[in-house]
Amino acid sequence: MNPIIDVQHLDYRYPQQAADQLTLHDISFTVMPGEWVAIVGHNGSGKSTLAKNLNGLLAPAAGTIKIDGQVLSEATVWDIRKEIGMVFQNPDNQFVGATVEDDVAFSLENQGIPRPEMLTRVKTALAQVNMQDFATREPARLSGGQKQRVALAGMIAARPQILILDEATSMLDPRGRQEVLATIREMKANSELTVLSITHDIDEAASANRVLVINDGRLKEEGTPAEIFQHGEALIKMGLDMPYAERLKAALKRQGLQVPTKYLTEKGMADWLWQLRSNK
Amino acid sequence: MMNKLIFGRYIPGDSVVHHMDPRAKLLLSFYFIGIIFIANNWLTYAVLFAFTLFAIYLSGVKWSFFINGVKPLIWLILFTVILQILFSASGGHVYFKWGIITISQFGLVNGVYIFFRFVLIIFMSTLLTLTTPPLELSDAIEYLLMPLRAVRFPVYEVALMLSIALRFVPTLMDETEKIMNAQRARGVDFGEGNIFQQMRAIVPLLIPLFVSSFNRAEDLATAMEARGYQGGEGRSKYRILKWHARDTWATVSFAVLTVVLVFLRA
Repeated sequence: MNPIIDVQHLDYRYPQQAADQLTLHDISFTVMPGEWVAIVGHNGSGKSTLAKNLNGLLAPAAGTIKIDGQVLSEATVWDIRKEIGMVFQNPDNQFVGATVEDDVAFSLENQGIPRPEMLTRVKTALAQVNMQDFATREPARLSGGQKQRVALAGMIAARPQILILDEATSMLDPRGRQEVLATIREMKANSELTVLSITHDIDEAASANRVLVINDGRLKEEGTPAEIFQHGEALIKMGLDMPYAERLKAALKRQGLQVPTKYLTEKGMADWLWQLRSNK
Repeated sequence: MMNKLIFGRYIPGDSVVHHMDPRAKLLLSFYFIGIIFIANNWLTYAVLFAFTLFAIYLSGVKWSFFINGVKPLIWLILFTVILQILFSASGGHVYFKWGIITISQFGLVNGVYIFFRFVLIIFMSTLLTLTTPPLELSDAIEYLLMPLRAVRFPVYEVALMLSIALRFVPTLMDETEKIMNAQRARGVDFGEGNIFQQMRAIVPLLIPLFVSSFNRAEDLATAMEARGYQGGEGRSKYRILKWHARDTWATVSFAVLTVVLVFLRA
């Protein structure tokens, strides 16, 4: 199987930067169809810049980007944008339509899709994110999580192969975050969708198959969430909030307890604690 | 407060007037302003009033909204009426004359007509804004501007601009409220002191609002491009306007009204 995203030796420099200063430096990675990859790193590490390079919102200084076998260039950029759905951080600043259904239809209008098909696609997309009762609502009357779900419905309607989440849950409250993540998991279950999520949120990173760590514009590490989360307190340096289970482990270790080095989920941690108690 | 001024105007409803095509409503409202000037006696004004009140009755909107529509303009209306009474050419019986000021029968009657004209126009335009959501109005404007495409006027872009502007009004209202609260917490007094002090208090409100608007604009442009927006050409439309039989009937009733007015005028 060929990778759906293939990035080779990508360099990026903002126009105002000097020639030797790079925001992204020699980044190479591939993503297979259907994979969920999380990209983590601090603020300013270049994560969002990387995402914007992938669909041609920014043009790289060097290197190649291939999306589904097509090399990204000025000639292919609009075709590639059809393949990539992108959800951004601020729920308000990406809501183009005056009502929910108008916003979901926006990408379809841009592609010139005939109206009868738009109507059915918008309807099914809204049903998929469980927002069908809000179709004629104005964005001012929605919560942040609802707005992000509408943004996701807009992606579903446009049927891209790749979904990029650029800190899509970072401005939401915990409940909104859970809603959005649940929606994405469901979207993935229903189709062969490739997800690339840029995040600080440990739950979001834990949902991924693979985690890429970016620091100062370079790809520092790559591994499964379990491998990456073993770093414990070093996670904070990577720009991730440490998961609760890991924080607990670190605290127990300071108390002189022998803790497992393997990454455990909260539930796994509880089980381990129970066993520890009963073994005594 | 500002929210009510601009957006509290639309009152959701399920009447014939609410369901009319916004193009029909917009055009007929303008047309109505035109035919008001046909009326020139008591009978014609009575017909116009009967017609307007019937339209209001059909909309099912409470009368008080229309009275409230006239209230803020009452001084302007009275001022115009008084000017008309005092300075119009004399005719009929003259009651009072002093220098250039003349109060005549003719002037008084004209003053009352002008008052009626104002009230009719306000009632009809209030009916338009109370029964039509702003977004539908912007759709109607887009449609009516279509002929301008012949002279390369960017109709689609202007229409999208209008709809984005409308969509962001509540967002920016919220933001204004937030900034005002933040400034209040730092001791700024809004609505206190003389007019200059009040104006000065607005400055620390406007600057953060402008900065954030530009940031929003940039984010929105990025999001639109990411979703494949390449300008108005070649786009299909999700929202369409439909002309129904009721719109034809409304148009016909305005035509009949015109004929009646022409026959009854002095």
